[in-house]
Amino acid sequence: MTRTKLTRRAFTGSLLATSALSACAVQTAPAKAHVVVIGGGFGGATAAKFIRLEDPGIAVTLIEPKSEFVTCPFSNYVIAGFKQIGEITHNYNALTGTHGVRHVRDIAVAIDPATKTVRTGSGQSIRYDKLVVSPGIDIRWGAIEGYTEAAAEILPHAWQGGAQTLLLRRQLEAMPDGGVVALALPGNPYRCPPGPYERISVIAHYLKTTKPRSKILALDAKDAFSKQPLFQDGWNALYPGMIEWVPLNKDGRITQVIANERTLVSEFGQRHRAAVVNVVPPQFASKIARDAGLANPDGGSAGWCPVDPITFESTRIKDIHVIGDASIAGAMPKSGFAANSQGKFVAKAIAAALNGRPAFAPVYANTCYSLLAPDYGISVADIYRATPQGIVAVQGAGGVSPRTPADAAQFRHLEATYTRGWYSSATREIWGT
Amino acid sequence: MRSVIATAAFVASLLAGAAAAQAQQAAPIPGSVLAATCSGCHGPAGRSVAEIPPINGRTEQQLLSAMLDFKNDRRPATVMNRHAKGFSDDELAAIAREISANWR
Ligand SMILES: Cc1cc2nc3c(=O)[nH]c(=O)nc-3n(C[C@H](O)[C@H](O)[C@H](O)COP(=O)(O)OP(=O)(O)OC[C@H]3O[C@@H](n4cnc5c(N)ncnc54)[C@H](O)[C@@H]3O)c2cc1C
Ligand code: HEC
Repeated sequence: MTRTKLTRRAFTGSLLATSALSACAVQTAPAKAHVVVIGGGFGGATAAKFIRLEDPGIAVTLIEPKSEFVTCPFSNYVIAGFKQIGEITHNYNALTGTHGVRHVRDIAVAIDPATKTVRTGSGQSIRYDKLVVSPGIDIRWGAIEGYTEAAAEILPHAWQGGAQTLLLRRQLEAMPDGGVVALALPGNPYRCPPGPYERISVIAHYLKTTKPRSKILALDAKDAFSKQPLFQDGWNALYPGMIEWVPLNKDGRITQVIANERTLVSEFGQRHRAAVVNVVPPQFASKIARDAGLANPDGGSAGWCPVDPITFESTRIKDIHVIGDASIAGAMPKSGFAANSQGKFVAKAIAAALNGRPAFAPVYANTCYSLLAPDYGISVADIYRATPQGIVAVQGAGGVSPRTPADAAQFRHLEATYTRGWYSSATREIWGT
Repeated sequence: MRSVIATAAFVASLLAGAAAAQAQQAAPIPGSVLAATCSGCHGPAGRSVAEIPPINGRTEQQLLSAMLDFKNDRRPATVMNRHAKGFSDDELAAIAREISANWR
């Protein structure tokens, strides 16, 4: 079977996996086009499913090396000990079984826009009519001196779900009461703006309940952060005296780590030694996106991928759409909610283009929930429109949870409840049904 | 105090309206596009099985009046008021039509 024939033929996940004989027996209409999706996380898995929902006549292949996906959302609660890793692990059975997405368990190693093919680690060449790239982030190893992959085995980042999440959990469990947990936090932009502060909060919850003499030292490369007043109010109320946050202007930026001494070194040479050290390092778009030339090579947004605000098509390479954390999405943050929203709209844009229909105006959304304790939730929400100035938040809408609601305890309790509701609905939408 | 809040809300609604109108200059955005965001929290086809209420199987009128009440702060909410303000009244009507017709 030649490559062209393969891409034109309609197939389902099971069909391609079985023999040519059974493929002939199932007489389906030929697919009108073949969309390849790189990455089965929040953006890519959404896009793969929704392209099939938009138009079952389009064949979709998902290239993702993992058979199970551990989410970053809720991984802070595994680190804090009130969720188990199994509760945040999802598979691709619904995508392949119910939605007829073909899952190629392999890594994409090269994209050739001239022949419109993706080459995989095992040497397959897969042709596409449209390509969706949602590979998430990579750590910028070495951006903090000494912070290498080997150092991350001692000073975990836990900014990608899975083994790193569990490593940080084990270190916190092993830490004696009275120890210091130090965090080094990055400048903008990075995956999940409120994520580090949620992590500080729920680690404080764990320490307060099990190791109450311990302290948290957060060293930040920024002077301000997402939902800051809400976080700091919560820290004062729930964990008085436990958390010290050091901003950039107080020499908070960490420029070097000495891994075997569990020591962080600041810009102006202050050394912080701690019992547990969590480095949330600088990041950029994952390797495949940078290698393919989808990312800006220099300037303030170097390492991230510029896209059209309406279709998320790369402004650098035609017929390739970049979504999720890897993309530069204007006012939208790098969040799972945003990646899910972008995945749905890129599916509509691609289905429209492949059916010769004009593009339409998308209306994106985001809501980032954070827990400060299992029963204390806050959120930031926004609706976004694509304008000639890029993707902008609708003024007068969205914003953060009220700082002083009438019944604050009840409000934070409800938002903690809805945090769980969002996770359940979103992961069911992406991997579950 | 009350009038300050009312004025602020009025200005906010003007701004939201302006932004919505500006983005809308072309054709009105179909309800199926506008409603795409709702399932992120209310689950596929609005059939939430978790802590956020399901919104499937409602009439157009029920949905529209709920959304207008959220938008105009007539109904207590944690987050729906912030979302509903992102849409014009016509868009909320299109969302209500779409969900009542297709989210069963
Ligand atoms: C601690 C923490 C908490 C967070 N909490 C929240 C939250 O509460 N709410 C929220 O909305 N967001 C949250 N986020 C952010 C969220 O995790 C990301 O924004 C989201 O995962 C981005 O989706 P994505 O599709 O861009 O990347 P990912 O979801 O990371 O998916 C990328 C996928 O691509 C695959 N891949 C990479 N390279 C290749 C390749 N070459 N070939 C094939 N496959 C490849 C990877 O294996 C991976 O499965 C949190 C993040 C962190 C770190
Ligand atoms: C960020 C999560 C989130 C998103 C996105 C969201 N909702 Fe909601 N919705 C909620 C929550 C939480 C409630 C409960 C009220 C509250 O606290 O805001 C709710 C309540 C509602 C209700 C009232 C349900 C009842 O039982 O009375 C309706 C109707 C509704 N939402 C419609 C929508 C529509 C339509 C959209 C899309 C435009 C949408 N929602 C998007 C979280 C969300």
